[in-house]
Amino acid sequence: MITLEAVTKTYRMGRIEVPALQGIDLHVASGEFVAIMGASGSGKSTLMNILGCLDVPTSGRYLLDGTDVARLGDDELAKIRNRKIGFVFQSFNLIPRTSALHNVEMPLIYAGEGGRTERAREALGAVGLADRAHHQPTELSGGQQQRAAIARALVTNPAILLADEPTGNLDTVSSVEIMRLLSNLNSEQGRTIVLITHEQDIARFATRVVELRDGLIVRDARTAA
Amino acid sequence: MNLFEALRMAANGLLANRLRSALTMLGILIGVTAVILLVAVGNGASVQINNQVQSLGANVIYVYPSNARGSGGVSQGFGTAQTLTQADVDAINTRQQDPDVVAAIPIAQSGGQITFGNQNYFAPTTGTTTDFPLVRNYQVAEGSFFTDDDINARHRVVVIGQTVVDNLFAGADPIGQTIKINRQSFRVIGVFAQKGGSGLGSQDNVVVAPITTVWAYLTGSRGKIISQIVASASSASAVTQAETEITTILLQRHQISDPTLADFQLQSQQDILNQATSIATALTLVLGAIAGISLVVGGIGIMNIMLVTVTERTREIGIRKAIGARRRDILTQFLIEAMVLSGLGGALGIAVGALLAKEAPNIPAIATSSFPTPVVSLPSVVLAFCVSVAIGLFFGIYPANRAARLHPIEALRYE
Repeated sequence: MITLEAVTKTYRMGRIEVPALQGIDLHVASGEFVAIMGASGSGKSTLMNILGCLDVPTSGRYLLDGTDVARLGDDELAKIRNRKIGFVFQSFNLIPRTSALHNVEMPLIYAGEGGRTERAREALGAVGLADRAHHQPTELSGGQQQRAAIARALVTNPAILLADEPTGNLDTVSSVEIMRLLSNLNSEQGRTIVLITHEQDIARFATRVVELRDGLIVRDARTAA
Repeated sequence: MNLFEALRMAANGLLANRLRSALTMLGILIGVTAVILLVAVGNGASVQINNQVQSLGANVIYVYPSNARGSGGVSQGFGTAQTLTQADVDAINTRQQDPDVVAAIPIAQSGGQITFGNQNYFAPTTGTTTDFPLVRNYQVAEGSFFTDDDINARHRVVVIGQTVVDNLFAGADPIGQTIKINRQSFRVIGVFAQKGGSGLGSQDNVVVAPITTVWAYLTGSRGKIISQIVASASSASAVTQAETEITTILLQRHQISDPTLADFQLQSQQDILNQATSIATALTLVLGAIAGISLVVGGIGIMNIMLVTVTERTREIGIRKAIGARRRDILTQFLIEAMVLSGLGGALGIAVGALLAKEAPNIPAIATSSFPTPVVSLPSVVLAFCVSVAIGLFFGIYPANRAARLHPIEALRYE
């Protein structure tokens, strides 16, 4: 599903070059639930941005679902993000003053696909939020907002779900709820999930843990789910 | 992304900041109102001038004596020559070479103090022939016009306009009364129906007498002068043809082979109308341009607010990009937002402008003055709307492009 080959990323801060990723080789198979861990500055956010096609690597190859996305232009990357990737962010990132239902519809609007309302309702139902469809983000609890965001990520039926610290802004109860939801999506529907976190408790829900340090993979272990 | 979705997003964005959107719209609204209203006033002036000129008769052609040239070719100035004769008038009136001319009349003008009892008044006295009412489009309301007998016998009879009646008779019946012009007695035999119109010289301030009478009693030593010939064409569209025919006849009669050396000049009502219209059009353009400045100011207001909006919604733009919005989608969204602002402001401005134009004649200060009644024309409405939408487009492009170019990662990180 995902293949990274010798991926590096270097940021330029004025004249100084800051290496964020120094050669990542990673293969994620379809149906895996991978947690990427690491302290801040380890390069996990950079890796997330590259996996999410928000940024392109400085060198190396990135195959996503058979497409080499490392050298694509802005609009092609937008299309890949739209069709193949579902994002779940730490701060939910729902569009304000817009109902949960319309938020979930949004990726379908950009995809130009039909049957939007129906599909969005379905996705909201799948995360247990059918009765909150017409609520605006400010009228939803943190856990509910994150579930709406997960529904939005799933509505286009993407190849992978990318979750960047999805429980970072949630209390313990909501955190467990969200992780159970993700875990179920993986085990029951076979969703490929890449989760970024720095918490062991959260990483425990994954079936594989990859640890980053200074832009390199230092540990890659499968756990018994 | 289709247009409906784009409009829905724009409406959402605008409703999020109602007061701000309303104030921004107000800028365009005021600009468009000003354009509609001032152009309407310009149009009204144009219509007013048009009506006045039309009341003089749309088919009328004037023939003036032209600059007389001495033997040395020295121009002696407009109207100095007396090149027009009764024979010229008769030649035009034979209508053999000029089928498009209905009738031609000679005009001899004389100024003069007019008195009746202890009233006195000044009005020009016009000497002419019996076709005067036909050519100049006058109706006799009371009494009758003079006849060929009156001309042949140089009877001292006059037909007067309503303004003269009002100033001399103060309610008394003027028919049969004797008035004095330059101390000569004349009998009033008819009164013209009111023609209205002002500004270009009232058409009702006239005294008309047989031309022979004027020559005999009023022009004195100046003799049998004809200051102009007035002809009427069979229709407004025949005026140009009639002018050509008259020119040909007069050139032949005056034995002039080079038309540029003609000792007479033609001017049709159409020429006067064209001049007046071009002045009115220029006036309308100037007024519209002045109002257009406020429209540009409104446009800058839109640009300003759109820049603020884009900055405020940087994070939203980041989210949209992350879930698959292309540059074009973001660009469209903000452009449409700007165009909805300006288009709506424009539509409201048209409504307010049209309403003010409609109500203006009801304002007492305007109703009693000669201020033209504003006329809102459809082209100005369509143009104003299109221009206001175009202003949204023009001033929206920069902010929208700025939004579309945002990098998704940086936009998502923006707090």
